[in-house]
Amino acid sequence: MAERELKKKQAPARTEEVVEEAPPSTDKGEKLKAELDDLLDEIDEVLEDNAEEFVRNYVQKGGE
Amino acid sequence: MAIPKVCGIETEYGIMLRGGGESNPIAASSALINAYVAEVQRKVGWDFEDEAPGNDARGFAREGSAPPEVETNLVNTVLTNGARYYVDHAHPEYSTPECATARQVVLYDKAGELILARSMRAAAQILPPPQAIVVYKNNSDRKGNSYGTHENYLVDRSVPFARIVQHVIPFFVTRQIFTGAGKVGTEAAGAPPVPYQLGQRADFFEEEVGLETTLKRPIVNTRDEPHADAQKYRRLHVIVGDANLAEVATFLKVGSTALLLAMIEDDWLAEHDFTLAAPVQAMRRVSYDMTLRQPLELASGSTITALGIQWELHDLARKYAEDRGLEVLGGHEAGMEVLRRWDTVLTALESDPMSLADQLDWVAKYQLLDAYRERHGIGWDDPRMAAMDLQYHDVRPDKSLFGRLSMERLTTDEEVVTAVTEPPPDTRAYFRGRCLQRWASSIAAANWDSLVFDLGSDPLRRVPMMEPLRGTAAHVDSLLEGCSSPAELLERLGS
Repeated sequence: MAERELKKKQAPARTEEVVEEAPPSTDKGEKLKAELDDLLDEIDEVLEDNAEEFVRNYVQKGGE
Repeated sequence: MAIPKVCGIETEYGIMLRGGGESNPIAASSALINAYVAEVQRKVGWDFEDEAPGNDARGFAREGSAPPEVETNLVNTVLTNGARYYVDHAHPEYSTPECATARQVVLYDKAGELILARSMRAAAQILPPPQAIVVYKNNSDRKGNSYGTHENYLVDRSVPFARIVQHVIPFFVTRQIFTGAGKVGTEAAGAPPVPYQLGQRADFFEEEVGLETTLKRPIVNTRDEPHADAQKYRRLHVIVGDANLAEVATFLKVGSTALLLAMIEDDWLAEHDFTLAAPVQAMRRVSYDMTLRQPLELASGSTITALGIQWELHDLARKYAEDRGLEVLGGHEAGMEVLRRWDTVLTALESDPMSLADQLDWVAKYQLLDAYRERHGIGWDDPRMAAMDLQYHDVRPDKSLFGRLSMERLTTDEEVVTAVTEPPPDTRAYFRGRCLQRWASSIAAANWDSLVFDLGSDPLRRVPMMEPLRGTAAHVDSLLEGCSSPAELLERLGS
């Protein structure tokens, strides 16, 4: 495919849509972030006790 | 002509024996599956007669590469939902039954997670405390060892394999922007420092096309083992994918790939060539680029971003849908659902990728880890980042970090529970599953493309199932209902 054709389709057509769709997406992003804050308040109770040892011991050999 | 895209996913789970004891992954995998089988179901052996994973789709003999091994002595069972659950090398592996739509694959993939979770609970009853087996649905141990999540798609045998290769490579390289399960750091030798990347697997690909799956992994795997009428079909065995936990990610991964393959079969892309100048390097380039803005060089000399290639293919798919319809995706509406999701995900990736934190794994994991990192003022190289990366994939409901996030669902818990034991109604998996539900004790072996009955006195009787879309509920429900014994079924089938 010619370079011109690729460029033409990529740039202008999509940037216009972005402007319209950005605000609702950002709202949603904010909402997800607020939920995340709540999760972080309690996450330490679930996390593996010794991160370093846990990561070191996680060894998988053989597959596929 | 495009043919129905019967599809499924095989997942090798990471496995650990915790709480002391020598960790032997093969023994642990066997113990895990045996515990499940003993608890819920009579074991049915798998028939290896037609297994030939060394066959090469390109039609020539391999040179210097050992054929993958099939270890016939390891635990291996077929479930009443039509799935296969077995030990593959050193991992427990669950392979969904054949599905007719992407959404159905999501359902049976989730049923697999539940089966693994139940297996862990069953194994805990048998192991001496405090020993426990824990499994992870991911693809790397962060030390350079990778294990696979392989997708399978039914493809028309008459389509030249070279055409498939040409079009799937740029698609596979660029679909990582929504299929990636996210990873802290990199495992590739000589790679630049990468705090976080989109995919689990990009570090491990070294070739464009080949038969291997464990060494010199190729972007296009050529294993030619259709598990169906080999004159008519091939099974495209896709090894580049990540193990997704996010349902939307699995749905879009399978749906868009099936749609691309239908377009290839109908030669819809003949006038379009997105051949990359360096596909193997591009795998990593895309995975390492969270901005999604890095240009990729095409063989033609022009450049385009991963998102750009995905948009081009999406737009071609939209025209294809208008012109040909999407019946081959398990119904036109099921296909349109894929197309719409492809559109909204690409749009969001372009404007605000973080808004996909409830849909895509790499975004969900990134956002969680990044928020934790900021709160504690630590860097990406802190061991807690790597630990959380692993724990995101922990399959235990009380330990899974993924499980704590509010993700968009495409299934309900009730549907998933049902899918643990009930086969999908619209592929041959239905016949396999129903026969196992009713007559497991008379089934000597089961395979993707056959069931072998043992009625006692007679020789074993093999029922071939070479057509993936025969043996559906519509085909066999009244037949099965009318039979009170396997002998009667065989008589009616005339085999």
